[in-house]
Amino acid sequence: MLTKTPFQGKLTKTKNLFIPFIVAGDPTPEYTIQFALRLQAEGADVLELGVPYSDPLADGPTIQRAAKRALNAGMSLRKAIELVPELRKHGVEIPIVIFTYYNPVLQIGHDEFFKLLDNNGVEGLLIPDLPYEESEEIREQSEQADIEFISLVAPNSDQRIKQIAEHAKGFLYCVSALGVTGERKEMSEETLSFIEKVKEHSSVPVAVGFGISTNEHVKLVREHADGVIVGSKIIRLIEDELNHIENGEGDKALGNFSEGVNSLVQ
Amino acid sequence: MLQVFPDFKGRYGDFGGKYVPETLMGPLQELEESLDEAMSDPDFLKEYHHVLKEYAGRPTSLSYADKLSGHLGGAKIYLKREDLNHTGAHKLNNAIGQALLAKRMGKEKIIAETGAGQHGVASATVAAKFGLKCKVFMGEEDIRRQELNVFRMKLLGADVVSVSSGNGTLKDATNEAIRYWVANCEDHFYLIGSVVGPHPYPRMVRDFQRVIGDESRKQFLEVENELPDRIYACVGGGSNAMGIFYPFLDDASELVGVEAAGKGIDTPEHAATLSKGTPGVIHGSMTYLMQDENGQITEPYSISAGLDYPGIGPEHAHLFKTKKVRYEAITDEEALGALKLLTEKEGIIPAIESAHALAQAFKEAGNMSADQTILINLSGRGDKDMATLMEHFQEEV
Repeated sequence: MLTKTPFQGKLTKTKNLFIPFIVAGDPTPEYTIQFALRLQAEGADVLELGVPYSDPLADGPTIQRAAKRALNAGMSLRKAIELVPELRKHGVEIPIVIFTYYNPVLQIGHDEFFKLLDNNGVEGLLIPDLPYEESEEIREQSEQADIEFISLVAPNSDQRIKQIAEHAKGFLYCVSALGVTGERKEMSEETLSFIEKVKEHSSVPVAVGFGISTNEHVKLVREHADGVIVGSKIIRLIEDELNHIENGEGDKALGNFSEGVNSLVQ
Repeated sequence: MLQVFPDFKGRYGDFGGKYVPETLMGPLQELEESLDEAMSDPDFLKEYHHVLKEYAGRPTSLSYADKLSGHLGGAKIYLKREDLNHTGAHKLNNAIGQALLAKRMGKEKIIAETGAGQHGVASATVAAKFGLKCKVFMGEEDIRRQELNVFRMKLLGADVVSVSSGNGTLKDATNEAIRYWVANCEDHFYLIGSVVGPHPYPRMVRDFQRVIGDESRKQFLEVENELPDRIYACVGGGSNAMGIFYPFLDDASELVGVEAAGKGIDTPEHAATLSKGTPGVIHGSMTYLMQDENGQITEPYSISAGLDYPGIGPEHAHLFKTKKVRYEAITDEEALGALKLLTEKEGIIPAIESAHALAQAFKEAGNMSADQTILINLSGRGDKDMATLMEHFQEEV
């Protein structure tokens, strides 16, 4: 039974969620705002706002390239968080999850980090290199700050699934297959039975990410899980428009992007 | 009593731990359980020591450097000769241990990362010896600098994967190896080459390298009847240093780790992680690292491809913070000067990595008295560095 409507009440449904991921500052902060608005218009329920990092262990080449573009444009953890009120100002209303590796958080310091999240109206937090055993302090601080700390489970989490699911907040991020982020051709039967297993233990929506690349994947996952998380495919749609952006054809780029997202999730 | 670090969470005081994607937590747990079983199994330890003796050529010698000691006019200088280990460096000790463990765990494919190529060669060697498939990740810049070692790996049957991200050096090769492992952890064993990475790697590599310190201790007592006053070792990730230091941690011997100061620690071009870095997380472990104010990891520099790593083993971070070990930094030029001196006085051409430890020891030896002793870990031989050495010394010779 899914009873919670997390993210400070902003998430109004617990089924059929669409959770896209973009990298803050890719290719510029201004375009991040525009892409976020387009994603919201295409039905995004939560936005994962990625903080670019020099050494992302969980990411494949597509997100690595996006991170590099954003770092070259001067993006940082602090600037990514401070982009959130800008997104709000322009009309992004859905809950925003900051997706960052742990080292930038450490450099800002936990207290300052949570002050920043709080002051800028962030509703969620995801740190892919902070597994359950290392995340106690951050989980406690997230709880105090009323920020949903998103937990991940992987196909080889085995007996850890129960423990992780019991502490899950917001939604439970189900990694569809072993490996880093990136587009994939197939979604296996094992993945679907893994999702069912995770759902048995979770009291928050179960959303599936890593490798969701086609409309068929989205449809298949929606039959079994409460939501889909799409990262690399969305980044690829942005990459496809970089030429238009560089040539000053922003409207065309955003139009094509919206079409691409629409055909992926509708 | 030796230190009991790491604790059950894989921590050395404030450092260590497992900062990895969830996908790797299962494989790390499996590794930890298999390692604990193996290290308490007398048959496993017997086989490991047997291979070290019969195949690697251990124990390696302890050489008294009489001409050098006379030339510097101070402490008596001894060299622990890891350059005499099969494949030319200390790296093989650890590679043998991990390859035996991989076999015990039923994994037939190993992956490794390498900077200077010595760990890649050691991994390719044990893969050939034990019938394992081997993939070595190496930065494209290091592939250029270490052509000879790349050829050796290929000759040994390994698949060398060129990594072009970042500066194309060890940091980037390590990222790519970890990413590959995340996708292939079910049937691949990741053979890490230094005392870095998530728990239990730093402990495992230390325990496979402590043979250097255990042997040194025994050999030194036989020759000098007492322990050395000071022990020097170079530190990149820090495996040769951890290996020689560990059995001496509770003794009176002063331990000195030597980092690469590159073009100087006051320039941006160095790899002096403890001297200039700050605490953070790199490659799954809390330690000291080189980074900018936003927590982005910065690119290190050293003339030695084996030392230009932006992090350092978490146990070293702990030993630094608790002042149990003194850490110094030596520039490229100082290291090359020491390399030349050892070559001319003793007929031994060391690896440029090892020359950093030599340089610091030579600086200090003259100020010590004739009844004091120094032990320097000569972590590897200089054959692999010939191209670099030719650039620097060709006109002189």
